[in-house]
Amino acid sequence: MARIDSVSELEKYRAQLVAHRDPERKAISVCTSGCIAYGADKLVDAFRQGLKARGLDDKVDVKTTGCHGFCERGPLVVIHPGNLFYQRVQPGDVDEILDETIEKGENIDRLMFHLDDGTVMACEDDVPFYKNQKRLLLKDNSSLDPYSIDDYIALGGYGALGKVLAGMKPDEVVTTVKDSGLRGRGGGGFPTGVKWESCRNAPSDDGVRYIICNADEGDPGAFMDRALLEGNPHAVIEGMIIGAFAIGHPGKPQGYVYVRNEYPIAVERLGVALEQAREKGLLGDDILGSGLSFDIRINKGGGAFVCGESTALMASIEGDVGEPRAKHIHTVEAGLWDKPTNLNNVESWANVPLILDRGVEWFTAIGTGDVRGNPWGGSKGTKIFALVGKVNNTGLVEVPMGTTLREIIYDIGGGIKDGKEFKAVQTGGPSGGCLPADKLDLPVDFDELTKVGSMMGSGGMIVMDEDTCMVDVARYFLHFLADESCGKCITCREGLVQLCSIVDRICEGNGKPEDLELLDELSETVSEASLCALGQTAPNPLRSTMKYFREEYEEHINEKKCRGGVCKSLITYSINDKCTGCLICKKKCPQQCISGEKDKLHVIDQSNCIKCGVCMDVCKYDAVDVN
Amino acid sequence: MSHPKKGDKVTFKIEGRTYDGRYGDSLLEQLRKHGYEVPSLCYHEAVSPYGSCRLCLVEVKKGKKQKVTTSCNYPVQEGIEVFVNTEKVRRYRKVVLQLHLSKTPKSKAVRDLAAEYGVMETPYEVQEQDKDNDCVLCGLCSRVCDEIVHVSAISFTGRGQNKRMQSPYDETAEACIGCGACVYVCPTDCIGLQESDGIRHIEKWHRDLPLQTCEKCGKQFFPTFMLMEFSKRTGISKDQLNICPACRNSVV
Repeated sequence: MARIDSVSELEKYRAQLVAHRDPERKAISVCTSGCIAYGADKLVDAFRQGLKARGLDDKVDVKTTGCHGFCERGPLVVIHPGNLFYQRVQPGDVDEILDETIEKGENIDRLMFHLDDGTVMACEDDVPFYKNQKRLLLKDNSSLDPYSIDDYIALGGYGALGKVLAGMKPDEVVTTVKDSGLRGRGGGGFPTGVKWESCRNAPSDDGVRYIICNADEGDPGAFMDRALLEGNPHAVIEGMIIGAFAIGHPGKPQGYVYVRNEYPIAVERLGVALEQAREKGLLGDDILGSGLSFDIRINKGGGAFVCGESTALMASIEGDVGEPRAKHIHTVEAGLWDKPTNLNNVESWANVPLILDRGVEWFTAIGTGDVRGNPWGGSKGTKIFALVGKVNNTGLVEVPMGTTLREIIYDIGGGIKDGKEFKAVQTGGPSGGCLPADKLDLPVDFDELTKVGSMMGSGGMIVMDEDTCMVDVARYFLHFLADESCGKCITCREGLVQLCSIVDRICEGNGKPEDLELLDELSETVSEASLCALGQTAPNPLRSTMKYFREEYEEHINEKKCRGGVCKSLITYSINDKCTGCLICKKKCPQQCISGEKDKLHVIDQSNCIKCGVCMDVCKYDAVDVN
Repeated sequence: MSHPKKGDKVTFKIEGRTYDGRYGDSLLEQLRKHGYEVPSLCYHEAVSPYGSCRLCLVEVKKGKKQKVTTSCNYPVQEGIEVFVNTEKVRRYRKVVLQLHLSKTPKSKAVRDLAAEYGVMETPYEVQEQDKDNDCVLCGLCSRVCDEIVHVSAISFTGRGQNKRMQSPYDETAEACIGCGACVYVCPTDCIGLQESDGIRHIEKWHRDLPLQTCEKCGKQFFPTFMLMEFSKRTGISKDQLNICPACRNSVV
């Protein structure tokens, strides 16, 4: 691989790549991100072997790509050209795909997406899940080979960097990002350009400024950043190089990506991408002959949720215990090793090349509010959400800021599973708030979510149905956060433990009426008096459920009733007259406390029942009730 | 935009009165210097602030924003206005003291401090593991050991409710020189230092160190290991250090 020494050489190289590419060349893209959990790696092997056996291995590419988004229907395969979309593909389908689709050009009906009315959707872009999104950051995930820098360059990659280095001054880049209204996608929503400007202006005696990418994505069920790093690592790298130029040039900018060690594929692909970028002269000394020197190191996280907090993350890079510190002096002035440090999240960095490439006007046309002269005036661009829970189409969703919760959950997510009623949606990860049905038409942006007691967070979105107990939901997240508290400050460490203990007793039927007042007082103190954002936001699930679903708390305490049928101490299972006497629940009961003979009504012995719910799960006749 | 440097002269207000200070000074120290009473457990002027006990809460108005913050780790800045006894400060401090009472129910220091602020009992459950533990996890002992004694013999381990101050692997703290600085700064006196039969014993760090006998008066004074460390650092011969401070002073 030859080093590229100037912007014009980069453009020549790109032109060569494009000229040598056959747009009609066939390629099979297999998601090898989350779909690996469905066995996608075996599928890749089967495609490669099958092509070899047919002598097609030099005519058809197999690409191991990042997440395509529609995780519910994995393993996902897209066949190019034409973006033919196959879902739930198994290794057993491979021969048929090669024979019919690759060799003869025939579509296989069984593997295509069907609407409820039977209409077949052949192309990825036609499927409602994708059609109702605006995929700017994720659009290349189903065609780009993350192991190939040439793939990225051929699609226009590093073009924004070239534009910046060839014709812009660092200050102009900062102004562009500021004017775009881009706000921190890690959840804070702080205007990225304002942060860049502060860091650029902060004095550094030796010129060192750190440029950090926060890839310590720890929210349960959230994988936006993982999808970007695994699917399109060069976009993140390009964003960081542009940031280094804007913030640290001329000077000594140095880069870090702090990535979870639990993301081995992301670590591997990022490592390969960094090496390729170095070989091409896009990282290292005198990048593209511009005089900019910048390199990026990978720092693998140690497995603590709190290390996603910027100051704890920096302490962790320094080799200290990952504990946050107070940010009265901002990290843009004194961050990593007390040097001016600019930290942005993966998704924020990935937005940077797009903004520089297409311009402020294009970017500000997407999203809410007006950011002219006020970077806090709105939320611009798109946001990726991890849509999970009791929704039909789970997966990664990218929508313009301002899209309503209803559009995300119903138009893209396909509504609630099994025809049940929507009850709540939690946005913002474990410390986000739970919003009820009357908030479904809320446009999702940084400010609107904060106003109703939730937050954007990094983009987790958990949908809950009528069978959910909201007290139990608060309990679950409080326990998660109490476990993940670093324990430095007493309000977070002991406050969360005490909140858990009070909510536990409410769920166990031992709650007292005065507990609600105690929860109010303690949760407010934890929010207001904790040291870092983990503690300050930890009571959100509790406070939002107490605000929107207070009656459920009251029922648990006063009537010893759990309407979701979840809190074991407050429910009983019984068998109704739909029972056919099939004996299955009797056989499956781990307590052997169901009695009854064949073809006769069964009865549960309440004194031995542990409320595991197995009887209800195995009954085919809807004969087990939970009260 | 000009950036203030540590030590730059600044003017700020406490309860409406104007004071001078230096940019970066600990706000808590300034408050105490000017006679305002603010409680704390985790602060000591000899070491860097940590902000774990959440007792030194005040409200600070900076620009248009006013918020509750701890004062120990708040750097004094130009133009800030500080309020020490607002309704919010009192309310949150009460809850913080209640949490301290449930965390270290037997600590006399904690109970006395809580009582000073009118908090006599806690509505929160005492967890089983905390019943006999007086450690408030303020970290003063390890900060002194790191920043003053420079031996870093002890450290926090675990996180959340499992956070502890310990010697490595909770076995003998081999790096501990037995100086006792940790014992001196501990706000709840929970480290435990005893001397008997010529041995200094620090219970919490599982450290036993023989004491040096003074060559003049024959009294046992400091751990020999500590004197060896002092000798190494200062270049003073070990023989000179084998005389207890009292005898050394009387010689001079």
